[in-house]
Amino acid sequence: MSTLATSIDKSNGSQSETTRPVQVLTVPQHVVEVVCDSGEGAQTAGQLFGTISAKTGNGVWTVEIIPAEIEPPVRSRSGASGNRIRIGSSEVTNMGDAADVVIAFNEQVLYSRIDVGALRPGTLVFLESKWGSDPQAAIREAYSEAKADFIDRGYVVHEVAMEDECLKVVADARRGKNMFALGLMCALYERDKEKVLAEVRAKFKKKGEKLQAANVALVEAGYAWTERHLDVRYRIPAREIQEELVVMNGNQAAALGVLAAGIELCSMYPITPATSVTHYLAAVMEHAGGFIHQAEDEIAAIGFALGASYAGKTAVTVTSGPGMALKTEFIGLAVMAELPLVIINVQRGGPSTGLPTRVEQGDLLSTLFAAPGDAPKIVMAPTSIAECFHFVVMARQLAETFRGPVIILTDANLATGQSPFPRPRVRSEWLAPPIDQSDWDSSVPAYAWDEQTGLSARPIPGQKGGEYVLTGLAHDERSKVAYESAINQRAMIRRSTKLAVLQKALKPPEVHGDPEGDLLVVGWGSTRGAIEEAVDRVRADGGKVSSLMLRFLSPLEPGLKEIFSRFKQVMTVEINYSDDPGAPYITEENRRYAQLAWYLRARTLVDIDCWSKVPGIPLPPGDIERVLRQRLASN
Amino acid sequence: MFGLKLDWVCDLPPQHFVLEDYEGGTPRWCPGCGDHAVLTAVQKLVRDEQLPPEKITCVSGIGCSSRFPHYMSTYGFHGLHGRALPVACGVRSRRPDLHVFVATGDGDCCAIGTAHWIHAIRYNMKMTVMMFDNNIYGLTKMQTSPTSKVGQTSNTHPGGAPLPPLNPLTVTLGITNASFVAQTVDWNPAHVLATLRKAYHHEGLSFVRILQRCPHYMDHLWDEVQADPNKILLLEHENGVTAEPSLKRLFPNHRVHDPADLESARNIAACDMPIPIGILYQNESAARYDKLCAVGLNQGVEERLAAVQREIDRFMV
Ligand SMILES: Cc1ncc(C[n+]2csc(CCOP(=O)(O)OP(=O)(O)O)c2C)c(N)n1
Ligand code: SF4
Ligand SMILES: [Mg+2]
Repeated sequence: MSTLATSIDKSNGSQSETTRPVQVLTVPQHVVEVVCDSGEGAQTAGQLFGTISAKTGNGVWTVEIIPAEIEPPVRSRSGASGNRIRIGSSEVTNMGDAADVVIAFNEQVLYSRIDVGALRPGTLVFLESKWGSDPQAAIREAYSEAKADFIDRGYVVHEVAMEDECLKVVADARRGKNMFALGLMCALYERDKEKVLAEVRAKFKKKGEKLQAANVALVEAGYAWTERHLDVRYRIPAREIQEELVVMNGNQAAALGVLAAGIELCSMYPITPATSVTHYLAAVMEHAGGFIHQAEDEIAAIGFALGASYAGKTAVTVTSGPGMALKTEFIGLAVMAELPLVIINVQRGGPSTGLPTRVEQGDLLSTLFAAPGDAPKIVMAPTSIAECFHFVVMARQLAETFRGPVIILTDANLATGQSPFPRPRVRSEWLAPPIDQSDWDSSVPAYAWDEQTGLSARPIPGQKGGEYVLTGLAHDERSKVAYESAINQRAMIRRSTKLAVLQKALKPPEVHGDPEGDLLVVGWGSTRGAIEEAVDRVRADGGKVSSLMLRFLSPLEPGLKEIFSRFKQVMTVEINYSDDPGAPYITEENRRYAQLAWYLRARTLVDIDCWSKVPGIPLPPGDIERVLRQRLASN
Repeated sequence: MFGLKLDWVCDLPPQHFVLEDYEGGTPRWCPGCGDHAVLTAVQKLVRDEQLPPEKITCVSGIGCSSRFPHYMSTYGFHGLHGRALPVACGVRSRRPDLHVFVATGDGDCCAIGTAHWIHAIRYNMKMTVMMFDNNIYGLTKMQTSPTSKVGQTSNTHPGGAPLPPLNPLTVTLGITNASFVAQTVDWNPAHVLATLRKAYHHEGLSFVRILQRCPHYMDHLWDEVQADPNKILLLEHENGVTAEPSLKRLFPNHRVHDPADLESARNIAACDMPIPIGILYQNESAARYDKLCAVGLNQGVEERLAAVQREIDRFMV
């Protein structure tokens, strides 16, 4: 659907004798993939293409294509490594549907993309042709069978002698194909060659002149091949870029958020897909006056962070599902003893070790409720890469004001997706340390809970007069262990009320689309881009559907019930498990709902439905669109 | 005499601290519990050292012995079972100005907290760790501990503990980067205080195993040792606990042991009887993780802001 040319420009863009007449198709957006065996550099090529496109003024969203194993065998159907780059003439917020163009370094890695539905009839495929003349008969056969199959499937296949083309320029083609592919992509999308070469030079500046020159020559070879062989070009009109932009993935954004929030200690234990946040911090935290601690396990990681927080330092711990499970007891202590802490959970597929590199939104309920007893805490979910940055800054402030842990739920989709956003303006107030060593008025207890709000200020070791013993046992205002019923009830009320107070300060969420209608889709986290795009497509055909994204999960943003009441149906769309209502054994009474639906049903008593699945990959807008159309039709 | 002293007291600078300045609530341990004696020793130590109460943080896990911070009127962190050490390391990481004491039990340290015990020893951040070893789980009412002797009956092993006990001294001495290991017995206050004083002044993590009486559940556990002074081996050395003559008279069994000698420390630790008390090992040149943790501590907001801006600039389109 997405390749339909909106205008056809038959002009001949010829500049030299070798160029042939080309047809320039102007399209609003395109999805390009470049895939290879692990180690052939398609990721670098894809990322560079994304950056170049962003600089050109296109909206961009890139997704890493990661093989399940670290070193998969070559030419394996499960081993594709690379990048999907979606470019558009306006902001791009998600990975889109099927690819319009795919460059594949062998036919097997292309199959791994076909297996996940990444292609459609009509997809333009650029396929390395060297396998067709491989010395091994089995490889030659596999190649020609695959080629025939691809044509059967309706792909438009261009065989490209990538290896030969690269060998004209470099000695080891395996290491150069990615830059050839970059040249091809840039030529296909009419990127200004001089600017591209400048970008490539900058990228390889540190690698030495020889390598730099080789890569430049390879990119030029990609341009030259395109000029000789292709008579089509795609033009994606650029936006006027008004503001300064940065481009990064969600994990980098969260890491920069940690720095900008003035957090001076990051305590972690490695776990995919959260680790890259801490890899980045490990490289830079010291320059920003902070320290990163790799603990012996996740329990120790949060314990260390809480020790630092108790001592008046700002701290964060970064993890994913299994690590969250281990941290649970300490999170309960942070709630009980009212210790500020920022916790970033980059969700992956569960339960147990689950799908370590893949996306899922499966930790919502455990994050909200996992704890011995009642442990009210703040939980937020950024819906974009920019929010991955800003929410960390906000989380630190909330953690201190509301004196407790703040959990940020991102996921593997935000973690590895790259997109440009306005450069954050960091303020020096954000970095101010909370530590105050002036004397504490000893008549003020350690938990001088405000009767109305439950809020209180905390003394910090070093402050004379503030000495108290923090405890996870039930305690009174002076932090004295207290088993009396009335004190326990009072303390629970104080800790719980803080969430209600925060909710008062929040605004009702904005509805995307009309404020009333037939169907409201509610989502949270990384699905925003896909949900809103699906809603827009259905609305363009007159469907009365709107959407709403929740950024605060605890407390929930106010006014939900009233918003829901303006729609005939309300449903959530999530990347977590729910029973299919039509499946055997599943009844209204035993159906297990998607997690946000479960929670919202309890909170609002509205009969909220859900559509969710656990494919391990982000939900394409086309899938959501289909579901929305069905819902509207069945009503 | 009294009048004289009063005048003298009035002249004292305001920061002179007396024992009461460190005393928190009334300890709720059983009468005769060894924990009382250790608490008193710590209060004397910090009084002698004139440490401002607000500069002391006592961190503990969960157990009878982990109630310790509540009975000090300093800052304290009574956290989770087994997790005192990570918290203490976190406190210390960015606050080199604080004096950190850790109270942990044999279950807290040598069972549920084992991973942290090993790693905290290796991190070697400056703090005084007191491991109260009563060979039993006290708080939860008498279950077998990793240090219970074979045959020790308990509520979880009515037929007696089935396995030989874990030896906290040899384990600690086996950990890379261990820098201070000592042992003392709660029923000899002078030795407890002398040992803790050494531990406190150690430049790194000092691990002190305190053999502790639990009359409530382990009555008679140390009777034999208390009755027969020959069952104790008093370690002495000019770099170790300087044994007063009274101690030497009490424990006829002494041995000169240089705390720098790891090999011989391990041999002494491996021997169940007689029970060694004193400093087994000390090495002040072991690597200190807390020195690394403190990087950038003095950076001002403007400097940090500039670093953040530089980083963000690297992502500019
Ligand atoms: C996670 C967890 N598991 C179990 C307990 C129960 N518990 C509390 S203290 C303790 C053992 C205490 O023994 P020890 O550490 O030797 O301390 P003691 O009471 O003997 O001083 C146990 C099992 C707990 N509080 N938390
Ligand atoms: S039960 Fe044992 S360890 Fe606990 S307070 Fe009583 S005597 Fe001490
Ligand atoms: Mg014990």
